[in-house]
Amino acid sequence: MIRDALKNEFQRIVGKDNVMTEPAELHAYSYDSAVLDQTQPAIVVRPENSESLGQVVKLCNENGLKLTVRGAGTNLSGGTIPHPGGVVCLTTALDKVLEINEEDLYAVVQPGAVTAKFAAQVAAKGLLYPPDPGSQAVSTLGGNVAENAGGLRALKYGVTKDYVMGVDFFDVNGELIRSGGKTVKCVTGYNLAGLMVASEGTLGVFEKLILKLVPPPAAYKAMMAVFPDVMDASRAVAAIIANKIVPATLEFMDNFTIRTVENFRKAGLPVDAAAMLLIEVDGHPAQVEDDAAKVESICKENKAISVRVAKDDAERNAVWQARRDALPALARVKPTTVLEDATVPRSKIPAMMQALDRIAKKYDLTIGTFGHAGDGNLHPTILTDKRDQKEWHRVEAAIDAIFEEALALGGTLSGEHGIGLAKSKYLKNEYGVGAINYSRRMKSVLDPNNILNPGKILGPLLA
Amino acid sequence: MADIKKLVSMLKELDDLLTGCMRCGMCQAQCPVFAQTGRETDVTRGKLALLSGLSEEILKDPEEVNEKLQRCLLCGTCEANCPSGVKVTDIFLRARAILTGYLGLPPTQRLIFRRLLTNPKLMNNLLSLGSSLQGLFTKDADSVIGTSCARFNAPLIADRHFKKLASKSLHSQTPHKDTPSGKSGLRVAFFPGCVTDKVFPQVGQAVLKIMEHHQVGVFMPPNQACCGIPALSSGETEVFDNLVRQNLDLFAKGKWDYLITPCATCTATIHELWPKYYGDKMDAVRVKDLADKVMDVSQFLADVLKVAPKEAASPAKVAYHDPCHLRNTLKITAQPRQILAAGGKYAAAELPGGPSCCGSGGSFNIKHYKLSDVIGRKKAESIAATGAKIAATSCPACMLQISDMLSKSGHSIPVKHVVELYAETL
Repeated sequence: MIRDALKNEFQRIVGKDNVMTEPAELHAYSYDSAVLDQTQPAIVVRPENSESLGQVVKLCNENGLKLTVRGAGTNLSGGTIPHPGGVVCLTTALDKVLEINEEDLYAVVQPGAVTAKFAAQVAAKGLLYPPDPGSQAVSTLGGNVAENAGGLRALKYGVTKDYVMGVDFFDVNGELIRSGGKTVKCVTGYNLAGLMVASEGTLGVFEKLILKLVPPPAAYKAMMAVFPDVMDASRAVAAIIANKIVPATLEFMDNFTIRTVENFRKAGLPVDAAAMLLIEVDGHPAQVEDDAAKVESICKENKAISVRVAKDDAERNAVWQARRDALPALARVKPTTVLEDATVPRSKIPAMMQALDRIAKKYDLTIGTFGHAGDGNLHPTILTDKRDQKEWHRVEAAIDAIFEEALALGGTLSGEHGIGLAKSKYLKNEYGVGAINYSRRMKSVLDPNNILNPGKILGPLLA
Repeated sequence: MADIKKLVSMLKELDDLLTGCMRCGMCQAQCPVFAQTGRETDVTRGKLALLSGLSEEILKDPEEVNEKLQRCLLCGTCEANCPSGVKVTDIFLRARAILTGYLGLPPTQRLIFRRLLTNPKLMNNLLSLGSSLQGLFTKDADSVIGTSCARFNAPLIADRHFKKLASKSLHSQTPHKDTPSGKSGLRVAFFPGCVTDKVFPQVGQAVLKIMEHHQVGVFMPPNQACCGIPALSSGETEVFDNLVRQNLDLFAKGKWDYLITPCATCTATIHELWPKYYGDKMDAVRVKDLADKVMDVSQFLADVLKVAPKEAASPAKVAYHDPCHLRNTLKITAQPRQILAAGGKYAAAELPGGPSCCGSGGSFNIKHYKLSDVIGRKKAESIAATGAKIAATSCPACMLQISDMLSKSGHSIPVKHVVELYAETL
């Protein structure tokens, strides 16, 4: 329980209405989208301006209160699950787009701004903010930067980190630290903005973000290629890249996912196909025509049964609807949906697919796999019921196996969901103890009381 | 108060429904209440977590959970867009019934539900008395929209700009109707719904005029009871059963092909909720029959009578608001627009930002007026932004809310039901 005096202090900073301590209110901030145990904070605060945000951080540090900053709570690795008895600081009131600069192609936003709303405002000005995480309809840009979120366009356009030009953040003392800037080139001092990306709230509290914008492509073309064998589809992916074509999007769906989506939408998908690739090329109209033709022939050379090129926006939308339906369709099969994001070098996708097949059989689980084949970021999705304890133990073992396999193939623990609580135990397997110790030393200096989202990424720190 | 263990075991029955939520949080993009408050307890995911918490006894205070649960418009937008297909409305209605059973309703509310709502004759008499007296307490607010506001400080009315009770309700203008099918060969049963009957009788008259024009016979029995949604959404399932039974008996007295209503909420309630929540399983066949035959009036005109839009040289723009119960629950969006254009005089203007809830939500408007007001004001602004001189919708409850909001924000735009505009051209 939090002392009344502290509660009063928080109320003074953010106003009475923005402090929550009732059991039901605390319960509502005890989870995020990750399938992990819930833990309750002692207090939830919702600052409405930067100044009070800074004061909240300072107050937490002075009193050794563990602080977890939360936007939309869509985190899939438990990064926004609070420390028991800690403080949750909501950014939902810090949601302004402060500037969209059309001359210098950047935008300045508050951390709580919702990704899709921001992207729409950018689009209305004839520009593009490319990162498009699956949760963009609700996810906040602060969360995107803190997790280095990816998306469907990552293959050609990169991920969130490629669009972060600057981050202004509060250190634990509530001092505002400025980093990066509004120029394309900026090499002043340490790359603190870079350090903040993917730091998952463990090193500072974002106050403002400067994001890069780009001109949108003039044309695009989408297509759907159907394969009799997963290996053929994987070879087609490798061949497209080897032929020096970089599609904006190159997505993969396995047979189980295709069947589930078809069952859900009845859109006439090829239920017998072993795999499907959903591809979009974009750019200058002439180049798009050229690339689309090449991609089509590469798919056919790699034994595609059929390649359907979208003739108009309606057909293009149908292609993407199939992809958008993947998660909703899978999510309806069983009560619990565990969505992983183990990522491998794209040449290793066939091996990873075989491994996933093996793991599903070994642990007797249903796994549907879809995801971003073009960048090697697969989403093996385990369909289960957490209430079935025996099966749940097998799920946990299967998750261990998936990460082990991804690392063995030269891959990584997380393509876009982050480490959070869920994967901190695997971290040393990817980077070794040296990287963890280095990171812990850094954190211990920047956050001596270990108040900033403790336990995330680095696991529990020794006092 | 019942035993808390009993409450927990009843909530456990919701377990299968609750575990379907994967807590992805996508409901945040849809929820009109969350859009205003940014609080997890105000969005579906949070409310589902609270119900789970209560059933797992992590949370111990049902009153607190119930209070949060009431902060929902039941607009169904989250459910219509839920990736996991969670049956949100179903869960909320069942949970409200369980919690109301445990906590009980405040005495006045219970009295209104049990004694008044279930006795249509008494309610009609009382409200017509109210109608004759209301002038004493109110004054005009906006003469174009036809709204009034309180003359004196009145807590219940607050700063509402409301549509007064009609001086003569539909049932006193036209106590009953029983006409044979004409050239159309069809006969409909007509269920105007409470708000049409008591506040907007002209909407009911428009429906009757249209049916006459298309030579459709009408069966409109007297003393119709409320569709039951206020009782059901407050968890008063016995009252709900009583109301459904009264209506079942009433409409069994005539022969007809379709049951039509001009109220999105009534249509959705009869179609979806009657078969699902009516407690008397012996009556399942009768309920299903009615549920299968009920239709929104625009849907009937467009889909059955094939009333088509008429080309017009320069149609007047009408800002059309999609009622949530038509859009989310029944997926009816094209037909009202079609009927709007059928007279060759009007065309639907789309609201900037797309469809969204008006913030009425029935009793939500009474319990959480401030929130309802913020949501409604946005709706008023988006209607004004179309530049249309008339606003229209297909739900009398939305009409009340939108009239209040337009009137208060100083936009003198009259609010009509789609069928009023169509009837005017006949």
